[in-house]
Amino acid sequence: MAIIKHSGVGISAIAAAVPSGRVDNYRYQTDLFGEENVKGLVDKIGIKERRFAPPTVCASDLCQRAAEQLMRDNHVSPEDVNLLIFVTVSPDYKFPPTATLLQDRLGLGKDTVAFDITMGCSAVLYGLNVAYSMLKAEGMKKCLLLIGDTNSRLYSPEDRTAAYIFGDAGTAMLLERDPKFGDSCFSINTDGASCDMIMVPAGGSRMPSTEETLKNRKVDDYGNMRSQEQAWMRGGDVLQLVIANVPRDINALLAAAGLEREDIDHVVLHQANGYMNNYLAKKLKFPPEKVPTSFELFGNTGGASVPLTMVTDMGEALAGGRKTILLSAFGIGMTWGGAIIHTDHCAVSELAEL
Amino acid sequence: MTIQEFISALSNELDIDSELTPATQFRELPEWSSLSVMELIVLADHEFSKTIKPTDILRCDTVEDLYHLLSA
Repeated sequence: MAIIKHSGVGISAIAAAVPSGRVDNYRYQTDLFGEENVKGLVDKIGIKERRFAPPTVCASDLCQRAAEQLMRDNHVSPEDVNLLIFVTVSPDYKFPPTATLLQDRLGLGKDTVAFDITMGCSAVLYGLNVAYSMLKAEGMKKCLLLIGDTNSRLYSPEDRTAAYIFGDAGTAMLLERDPKFGDSCFSINTDGASCDMIMVPAGGSRMPSTEETLKNRKVDDYGNMRSQEQAWMRGGDVLQLVIANVPRDINALLAAAGLEREDIDHVVLHQANGYMNNYLAKKLKFPPEKVPTSFELFGNTGGASVPLTMVTDMGEALAGGRKTILLSAFGIGMTWGGAIIHTDHCAVSELAEL
Repeated sequence: MTIQEFISALSNELDIDSELTPATQFRELPEWSSLSVMELIVLADHEFSKTIKPTDILRCDTVEDLYHLLSA
């Protein structure tokens, strides 16, 4: 793994926005899969409700709502920010990058450096790392790091292996230089050989879209259906990769930071699903009260899940003082890693709805 | 762990109410789903400290095959 260290940069404010449209998982697709089967599945994965954006709302809209809230709550003027990063797998268009559209929509100056990063569930590690690195450069003011996805649109509602898991959200974080943030430590790992664990096969250059790729097809012996324009996720393979790598990675990160488990105030894991997250938390040996969650009411919101959890479940704690937080995320690539960061009276906005 | 103890652990982790014998073809069980694969991976890790992949499970047919996979 790569261990990357930063100093004197951090998160001073966080906000999040979710669509107002709720999906009750116990009632979702019961005609197709059967009410009892659905209940069994939903009980196991622990995701009771999710938010789905309507067709008129994109991930960028959710992130814009979060950013506007953050700027209002924290008296941030557009001139204070000249770095805008949008981490997503749900861009508004193939190009231009959605961050450039958001520069205009948020009223930021033309001297803003704005770009997208394509990353899924491990987004926060990349967003923070890139932003922290750039913020140390002369000429950079503050950064708005936006992470959001409309995951509900990426998976087939007729594919039981993924239909109950994903939800939509957009988040915004204000990042800036200040010695109070102290040292932070990141680890990031990549295994391209596992790239096909979570994937959308068609619609890119390798397999361009055709009438065929849009067809809904039976994909396994259980009768699950999806097209090649929709994502698959090999849950068993992902679980095995996480079990094999994440605990070890976190131990290495703690060692690199010179910290013990007791020094960590909160552990924010990517919200994969209740089953995986509960097992992972157990394996990582942190007491449950240190491990906040958001999967029960929002599902797996992809890259947004870590900052969303900080908004929905840690607002008071973060605003209250100085905190040492362990982040852990894993997802498409496959990629996985962690971070140990410090926050100091981090301002957390109320969850917004769009 | 004996095979009977394994059957007990399997029933527990995978929420299987049906009667299990070593010869039971686990994929035919009404309780078997893609989630069962995840539960088996957790069982292997938690009880046997063993890493197994979905492809390993694909090569098994019976409960006894699973027992041998996890205790090998």
